[in-house]
Amino acid sequence: MPQRKPLHLHVPEPTGRPGHDTDFSYLPLSAAGAKRRPPVDVAAAQTNDLAFALIRVLDDDGRALGPWAPQVDAALLQRGLRAMLLTRAFDARMLIAQRQKKMSFYMQCLGEEAIACAHALAIGDGDMCFPTYRQQGLLLTREDNNMVEMICQLYSNERDPMKGRQLPVMYSSKKQGFFSISGNLATQVIQGVGWAMASAIKGDDKVASAWIGDGATAEADFHTALTFAHVYRAPVIINVVNNQWAISTFQAIAGGEGTTFAARGAGCGIASLRVDGNDFLACFAATKWALERARSGFGPTLIEWVTYRAGPHSTSDDPSKYRPANDAARFPLGDPIERLKKHLIGLGAWSDEEHEVTKKAMEAQVAAAQKEAEQFGTLTDAHGQSAASMFEDVYEHMPAHLLRQRQELQLGQGA
Amino acid sequence: MRDTNSMNTAPMTMIQALRSAMDVMLTRDPNVVVYGQDVGYFGGVFRCTEGLQQKHGNQRVFDAPISEGGIVGTAVGMGAYGLRPVVEIQFADYVYPATDQIVSEAARLRYRSAGDFTCPLTIRMPCGGGIYGGQTHSQSPEAIFTQVCGLRTVMPSNPYDAKGLLIASIENNDPVIFLEPKRLYNGPFDGHHERPVVPWSKHPLGEVPEGYYTVPLDSARITRPGAAVTVIAYGTMVHVAEAAANESGVDAEIIDLRSLWPLDLDTLVTSVKKTGRCVIVHEATRTNGLGAELMSLVQEHCFYHLEAPIERVTGWDTPYPHAQEWSYFPGPARVGAALQRVMEA
Repeated sequence: MPQRKPLHLHVPEPTGRPGHDTDFSYLPLSAAGAKRRPPVDVAAAQTNDLAFALIRVLDDDGRALGPWAPQVDAALLQRGLRAMLLTRAFDARMLIAQRQKKMSFYMQCLGEEAIACAHALAIGDGDMCFPTYRQQGLLLTREDNNMVEMICQLYSNERDPMKGRQLPVMYSSKKQGFFSISGNLATQVIQGVGWAMASAIKGDDKVASAWIGDGATAEADFHTALTFAHVYRAPVIINVVNNQWAISTFQAIAGGEGTTFAARGAGCGIASLRVDGNDFLACFAATKWALERARSGFGPTLIEWVTYRAGPHSTSDDPSKYRPANDAARFPLGDPIERLKKHLIGLGAWSDEEHEVTKKAMEAQVAAAQKEAEQFGTLTDAHGQSAASMFEDVYEHMPAHLLRQRQELQLGQGA
Repeated sequence: MRDTNSMNTAPMTMIQALRSAMDVMLTRDPNVVVYGQDVGYFGGVFRCTEGLQQKHGNQRVFDAPISEGGIVGTAVGMGAYGLRPVVEIQFADYVYPATDQIVSEAARLRYRSAGDFTCPLTIRMPCGGGIYGGQTHSQSPEAIFTQVCGLRTVMPSNPYDAKGLLIASIENNDPVIFLEPKRLYNGPFDGHHERPVVPWSKHPLGEVPEGYYTVPLDSARITRPGAAVTVIAYGTMVHVAEAAANESGVDAEIIDLRSLWPLDLDTLVTSVKKTGRCVIVHEATRTNGLGAELMSLVQEHCFYHLEAPIERVTGWDTPYPHAQEWSYFPGPARVGAALQRVMEA
């Protein structure tokens, strides 16, 4: 009998913890322009290599390289840059508003702006996104974005479209192709697949875009979503935003060690791409590819967007307790705004001056929207939603027991 | 609630009545889709969807992977798109993987989005015991759903109601948990397992209109008028209670709840105020079962009319056993004894 060592439970750990740097060599990277762009009708099995590579367009000097470089004019990229600057300004302002107790809670998408903003510019008007709580860029990029309404939702005030029922950031906007956000992780991914199946059943040409973070891929609904999307060849894009962290938990604990999240799609027979999430051009190009694939009936695509959660998980979180303070600055894929800025300046379509002016303009736009929203109240002032409205919309028509409870509440208030 | 042209009736089992309801709705509403495990080509392990795929095509009626969370989750998404999905969970005992989608999503979508998105879906699931189904083919999980705000929970006890309630559920814009007592699929069952099975063709409620009609939700039905005691029951227990009333000689008024929640409180309260006594009967386990809520409601609304403590006859607080089926199942003897007790109190 050979002597064996006692078994030992493997518990993955991030290389970096407070006080010592992260070794980012765990991330498989590829050079900008190095990866092929297959045809949109590619067989899923023929994308397996791309699930372990990294599709990148912008190199360190801000040049657009290779087959994934989208052939788009500078105006679209300028729009994308403005959208990212607006999203970042919005987050910064709302963070302050939360600290001022105008709202109970907030979540930034700092460092992840390119993914949602590029996606929003690529996607069609009738398509439906099934977002998580960290895709505010999808809303803010839209030309018809209603920032005032978003802030009213954050404040739960009298103009809150969610009528004060939802935690801040749990937006819903059917008309803007933005499905109601749920606190329960991963549930919306399988719903997005169902929406896409419905589009196919009705012979429509609309595509669903479902979103999930790296941590939530461990939920069962992620697996069911991949299975149903594959089985029914649903016109859906499954977006896994791998920002390396699920609150305090490094992505290795979600199952990222020695593999990729894109590899899950490949294993389920879904065409899968792994894309530089801080590269606006790659984000736009990959989304367009997956959209074209879905809309043409060639089936679903899984995209792992490799990025970094530069901010705290939420306003209730302090990342200095579990990761190095300088982590975002050392992340090898850099900052999405800086990278697109450099590219546009390289094209002669942007300048440092224009950047500063735009930044200020975006901050002013957010400040103005905030001011307008505050006319309708904040969480703690008197302009809230009526208490009686709490009983509405549980059902289509208010049943007898809720009518009675609403009356009990009114009587209890000494009305 | 009937179309004038749908008065042609035919004898149907509950299986045929449910199938007819889905056929009628697949024909009437192009947004209705039917899917679940073994539901498509094969027509369902209980034959409830037999022939529907052949008639309506595989874009409307289709087989699904074995994934309850996936089945309900996709249905929520389809509802958001504008379809009206009717999905099946093969046994109510297997609904648990879908509870997150049912409780956190389907039930709350309208509320949390302030009506921006809605969830007009029907989730069918065979439930109940009395068939030697053991632990995972016999459960009655209705209390898990009646406790969830935003859901409607419905359970028929005969073919006529099964079809009318299923059509009403499919048409309803709220999510509906539609529980089907599989013990009643082929014939009424009063708990006398020692006697031969009676087919629905011998029962007046086995005569079912062939076309469109509905039985309204939130409405109970008095199946046996009586003056001495009110029995509140649903599903298989309606037939058990009828047998118990006949055999005990107690002039019980039997109410078939039909809609478990929201429910028809007026019918319950009117009856108990008249009889002054109340026995609640369900197959599900006792503690925190729906009976506890029914008991509370009767106590709250009928306290000054009650002549005796309210009784509950239910399954025991154990998993559903196999060999001890008839000691577990609340049969007519146990219900009859409860009727005697409340009359003597």
